[in-house]
Amino acid sequence: MNKYTITLFVVLVIYWFILSGYFDHTVLLVSGAISVLIVVGLAARMKILDDETAPYLHVKSIWYFAWLFKEIIKANVAVVKAVLSPDMEISPSVFYVKMKHDTDLGRTVFANSVTLTPGTISVRMYGGQMMVHSLLEELTDIAGFQDMGIRAGKAMGDKMTFEHQDVKPSRATKKKLKK
Amino acid sequence: MSVDLLQLLVSSGLVISGIFFVLAGTIGVLRLPDFYTLMHAAGMTDTLGAELLILGLMVQSGFTQTSLKLLLVAFLLFLTSPTASHAVANAADHAGLKPLLGKYRAPSLEELKKSREVKR
Amino acid sequence: MTQILYYLNVSAAILLLVGMALLLGRLLAGPTVYDRILAVNSFGTKTVLFLCVFSFIIGRGDGIDIAILYALMNFIATIAILKFFRYKALSISLADAHIDKPTVKTSKPVKRKQT
Repeated sequence: MNKYTITLFVVLVIYWFILSGYFDHTVLLVSGAISVLIVVGLAARMKILDDETAPYLHVKSIWYFAWLFKEIIKANVAVVKAVLSPDMEISPSVFYVKMKHDTDLGRTVFANSVTLTPGTISVRMYGGQMMVHSLLEELTDIAGFQDMGIRAGKAMGDKMTFEHQDVKPSRATKKKLKK
Repeated sequence: MSVDLLQLLVSSGLVISGIFFVLAGTIGVLRLPDFYTLMHAAGMTDTLGAELLILGLMVQSGFTQTSLKLLLVAFLLFLTSPTASHAVANAADHAGLKPLLGKYRAPSLEELKKSREVKR
Repeated sequence: MTQILYYLNVSAAILLLVGMALLLGRLLAGPTVYDRILAVNSFGTKTVLFLCVFSFIIGRGDGIDIAILYALMNFIATIAILKFFRYKALSISLADAHIDKPTVKTSKPVKRKQT
């Protein structure tokens, strides 16, 4: 009985109420409680309850998602302009971004944020690096990626013991990709 | 269902802008030249278009169970769309599909006509 | 007022249908299989949105449950198709099949096998 069990229980109860919408029907309430208890009991028995499977305690991350939504709007406007203009001047490029996160959760949230922002997509991940495909030249700002990575790490309780470094796409990788 | 003017204005603005982004993403999917570039347009539909449209519908219904369910739909789309697009991109990259790099300009109408004449 | 919202929703649904019809062009024309998978995924997202708008048009909140189910099914279908095309089987567990190479501490990207 740790905090993850309790938060999972609360979240499942809220989820059940959103889907059913009944508050005064005894049979439905009892069956809902039984199903929630079965799910929580099975999850506790499998011992998979930790920070990754029940990440509901990161309440502060809501500020990160508000910031992310702002960034998404900015990038969307840029991509819409590029796509709908008759010339459609785009410059697709591929480059690498270093990720210095301690936890897998922070890394996942960072990579998903990069994919969510239109104009940049995380294509491939090695341990500490992420290959990003970008549509426009103005979106390939390494400092912006570092900022996003630091914010994502902080929101997910990442300690970020390392410091971010610049990674420029080396000419060798460019040549390899052009082949 | 009573609707006041503010609700109508906010909801119609959100729905119209959401539809605009959805259609812009669709046009992008048709226009862009390469698989990797095409993914960006599809992502545009999935993120801002869907969220704005659902937000507009939520404003229409007010604070009811329906709007909570719509919030759940928006949340699920927010969670699954980046995972799905990363999976597609990663699979294409794994299979050895090379991205188009460098500057690209859409061919104008005259160039298209010329290329057709050459083909004939 | 309610009438205006009704017409707004109907026009939004029609525009969504137009977008879905346009997307079929990419589904038919897409040069690689990944273009087609992406088109199917995007088509599914538009279907979810259409179901939400449609349940508002007919005035029943139940349609949104179907939209939730469709969103989940769309995601699972995309992942299943991709897994099948990569491994040619669905029975491989992801723990056995390394999605990418494990951590290598070099600044250069790892060479991957061409399949």
